[in-house]
Amino acid sequence: MIRNAEPGRPASTPSLRPPAPPYVRPMQGWWQRNPFFVRYMVREATAVAVAMYALVLTLGVVCLAAGEAAWNGWFDAMRTPWSIGLHAVLLVAMVVHAKSWFDIMPKTMPMIVVGGRRLSAEAITRGGWAATGLACALLFALAWWWRP
Amino acid sequence: MSEPGPTIQIEVLRYRPEQEDKPVWQRYTVPFTDDMSVLQGLQHIKDELDGTLSFRWSCRMAICGSCGMMVNGKPELSCKTFLRDLLPGPVRIEALAHFPIERDLVVSVGEFVKKLEAIKPYLIPKLPRTLAEGEYLQTPAQLEQFEQYSSCINCMLCYAACPQFGLDPGFAGPGVLALLHRYNADSRDGGRDERMPILNAEEGVWSCTAVGYCSEVCPKHVDPANAVNQNKVNSAKDYFLRFLTPKGGRP
Repeated sequence: MIRNAEPGRPASTPSLRPPAPPYVRPMQGWWQRNPFFVRYMVREATAVAVAMYALVLTLGVVCLAAGEAAWNGWFDAMRTPWSIGLHAVLLVAMVVHAKSWFDIMPKTMPMIVVGGRRLSAEAITRGGWAATGLACALLFALAWWWRP
Repeated sequence: MSEPGPTIQIEVLRYRPEQEDKPVWQRYTVPFTDDMSVLQGLQHIKDELDGTLSFRWSCRMAICGSCGMMVNGKPELSCKTFLRDLLPGPVRIEALAHFPIERDLVVSVGEFVKKLEAIKPYLIPKLPRTLAEGEYLQTPAQLEQFEQYSSCINCMLCYAACPQFGLDPGFAGPGVLALLHRYNADSRDGGRDERMPILNAEEGVWSCTAVGYCSEVCPKHVDPANAVNQNKVNSAKDYFLRFLTPKGGRP
């Protein structure tokens, strides 16, 4: 005997109705279904910040090529509160972007064996941050050295 | 008379194609003990409450890969997920995401099996070898190159974790590509040339956008995201080196 889980709802009734095809669930809003997907979308979205900053720097190079007046114009634009605000936002977005990529970096690499032992995912991620730290230190040192 | 023990509510997404066009949620109240898995909860429903509920299972110990389903929105093996960890409930159970639902918690696996067959998931010897020549020898380092990928039990949780597969069911997907890598990375195998066209295709590794959730949900720690993404490099090499060397850079 089939007992109903809930009164009033038939568990399954004999039917002559032609069976429906396998049901395909919609994908709309898929990235909101799981916090992991939300973090993935944040990583993808912060790529826009990286592109925007590349654009800002490219504009600087174009202005540099266009002569002193253009260069000074770009330089002054960089000092406005709007520009400083934008830079702060872009910096945060780029740090988030870097973190998310360093977290996934071990997945993109073949097995690395050091001294007979496989390099751990954490070591690869830390390696990414170490390289970033080194590059930043070098850049700041260079900027300090070349300051007017 | 003994006191009634604790119960937990289990909500199951039902789909009975002879009865409804769209899946509907159905709630059951299930008595539970601390050692009960989600699968045992479903078995209680089927045995005691509603014999029409359909789901796949076999080994009850995370080996057969049959009982994968979404438990509270996450792909899990229901035999390896315990009701005690999901208190106070209700526990929401639905068929593995991204696959068509045949009935209740049973999904269509035909396309997955076709993909699995296509990658030739077996050793293809480099040269014909007679039994008299003895077994293949392999160093521990050579074994380590593929061992973790050979743990795959084809449970398809990684497919339910992969939005790219959900958006494009043609994508070979994490599990099949991890198995492809398992054989390509085996020093005894010589079938790489036969598998590379699948790996190189748009539906191969290049459909992956490194979401990485596949590796997170894998119950056997196969790390399919690693297999797929390191093969983007192999695929790129395979493409570019063909212009430089007669054998496409392959040994």
